[in-house]
Amino acid sequence: MCALRGPVCSFLTRLRRILRIVSERTIVSLIFLCGVSAVIFVFGIFFFVFREGAPFLRHGFDAKEFFLSPDWYPTSATNKRYGILAQLIGTGTVTLVAMLVAVPFSLGAGIFIAEFCGKKTREIMKILIELLAAIPSVVWGFIGLMVMNPLIIWLTGAPIGLNVLNAGVIVGLMSVPIIVTIAEDAIRAVPDTYIEAAEALGATRWQLVRKVILPAAKSGLLAAVLLGVGRAVGETMAVLMCTGHSINIPFDGKAPFFHVLDSVRTLTATIAAEMGEAPRLEVNADGTFPAEALHYQSLFVIGIVLFAVTFVINVTADLIVKGIRKRK
Amino acid sequence: MKNHGNTKNLFAATELINKKLRAQRIVKWIFGLMSVAILIPLVGLTTCLIIRAWPSLTWDFLTDVPKQGMRSGGIWSALVGTMYTVTFSLLVAVPVGVMAGIYLNEYARDNWFTRIVNLAVVNLAGVPSIVHALFGLGAFVVFAGLGKSILSASLTLAIMTLPVIIVSTKEALLAVPLTFRMACWNLGASRWQTIRTIVLPNSIGGILTGIILQVCRAAGETAPIMFTGAVFYKAVQRGDLFPYKPTEQFMALSYHLHTISTQVPGVPESMLYATAVVLLGFVLAFNTIAIVLRTRIRNRKKW
Repeated sequence: MCALRGPVCSFLTRLRRILRIVSERTIVSLIFLCGVSAVIFVFGIFFFVFREGAPFLRHGFDAKEFFLSPDWYPTSATNKRYGILAQLIGTGTVTLVAMLVAVPFSLGAGIFIAEFCGKKTREIMKILIELLAAIPSVVWGFIGLMVMNPLIIWLTGAPIGLNVLNAGVIVGLMSVPIIVTIAEDAIRAVPDTYIEAAEALGATRWQLVRKVILPAAKSGLLAAVLLGVGRAVGETMAVLMCTGHSINIPFDGKAPFFHVLDSVRTLTATIAAEMGEAPRLEVNADGTFPAEALHYQSLFVIGIVLFAVTFVINVTADLIVKGIRKRK
Repeated sequence: MKNHGNTKNLFAATELINKKLRAQRIVKWIFGLMSVAILIPLVGLTTCLIIRAWPSLTWDFLTDVPKQGMRSGGIWSALVGTMYTVTFSLLVAVPVGVMAGIYLNEYARDNWFTRIVNLAVVNLAGVPSIVHALFGLGAFVVFAGLGKSILSASLTLAIMTLPVIIVSTKEALLAVPLTFRMACWNLGASRWQTIRTIVLPNSIGGILTGIILQVCRAAGETAPIMFTGAVFYKAVQRGDLFPYKPTEQFMALSYHLHTISTQVPGVPESMLYATAVVLLGFVLAFNTIAIVLRTRIRNRKKW
């Protein structure tokens, strides 16, 4: 009986072991595939956005006109022009105002949370900041439209409250959480020995922050601000609803040069607002595209510009943060 | 006695010390006020929105469909649409994200390749939502031929929210001590067996937190679904739980808020506010659940 069962038994055991190894290998390769999916998706994003925008780059793309002309008339019947200077400046000014609002407050809050408050306060603050980060951008846009808009008209007497100031404040509030979080991390990453040395010399908390921690955490704070800029540049729904959405450069020769109460339009809002009306047209038999197709493609080219800008910002910030971790 | 007094004097605060302590107190107050200032909008705006939305916040508002060109009725069709996209994006993002987190924490070695993967995760999180929308349009709607549909929108949302799950899974796994794994390896278990029986059960709470946060992100995003499937209006029966097919276009709460507040004139103000409050309340409620869960896990930790 044993002689009969022996081989069958060992065969079954072996089969089971083989099955186990095979299934384990499958799982492990699946895990590897998912692990690298982020890389695939980032390349995928670039590939597909580029693929849709490529015909515009091939046919009559003039980088000088595209970046330096403020004339954006993609639907004009006779003279279509694609210049994104006004949108670039719009994005730039909104980001600038947003950072003027967000950076001082966020760094202040970051320092307070990291150095000046007790453990309980810190927990509560961090939770509230997380909730602030969770507010959807369309709700921020709605707040800009319904709350900030009348407020700005009432305070400044401007004819319309949808302008650089409104969008700047809203986007500033939106980028506060990320700046605070990264800044706090950077401050806490300062080696304890530095702090102990300063305390041993009799420094107060404020002297410690000013003379030791801020200089040591400088690059981390820079990374925090950079990530805030990245967030502000990429913001879509809030700026679509709050900037007033008019092609306009808020600068002129007269003082005060920069008109914060002017309406502007940003790169992101241009895509969001116009993609619905821009048809995707197929290529003609002779390899050219109908003139109307360029609008759709030009919006994808704006997408490439945005992708490139945020890519550079994120990689730079990440390198800075990594550098700090390594030193620690 | 006299001697004692002298010692005391020696340690008494001098003018210089008083000055620097005063400076410290002032600075502390300034920074504290700054911190409060950035949190005022959260509290103030939420209260303001709720007060103005109050007249419209009824059960009927939630379960009724929009009527008279959005000017009356409720938000049922948009609410269901959002649930659809969130569920579908979860189905895609959770397995991929959790496995990616497992790979990065359990399998990946510390080399240039892993650094590139990590950089890609950071970038995926940093790409503007509108670029994700363009990607969804180019890849799913046009290239894959899914058309403007719930599927396209959900896949776009899934890829966009993937970093949330990857990062929180990674952190949850990292919190499981190496000694647990070593004990398991010493019993002859393979890497995957260890992960399945020891690492995952001990980190499930943290992973769950990430999934809840993903739900928040996916529910609130507007830009990625604008060109990939969300529509202005779709006729739906009141209270119908399955009004959309996965290949159909749909209404979503976030997009609905955008359209009724910018493109439809004459919507009663309280309805606008109520829509915003429902969306905001949904997101904040889920976020609070995630935070509570995380705190409880941290307090209950056995090691």
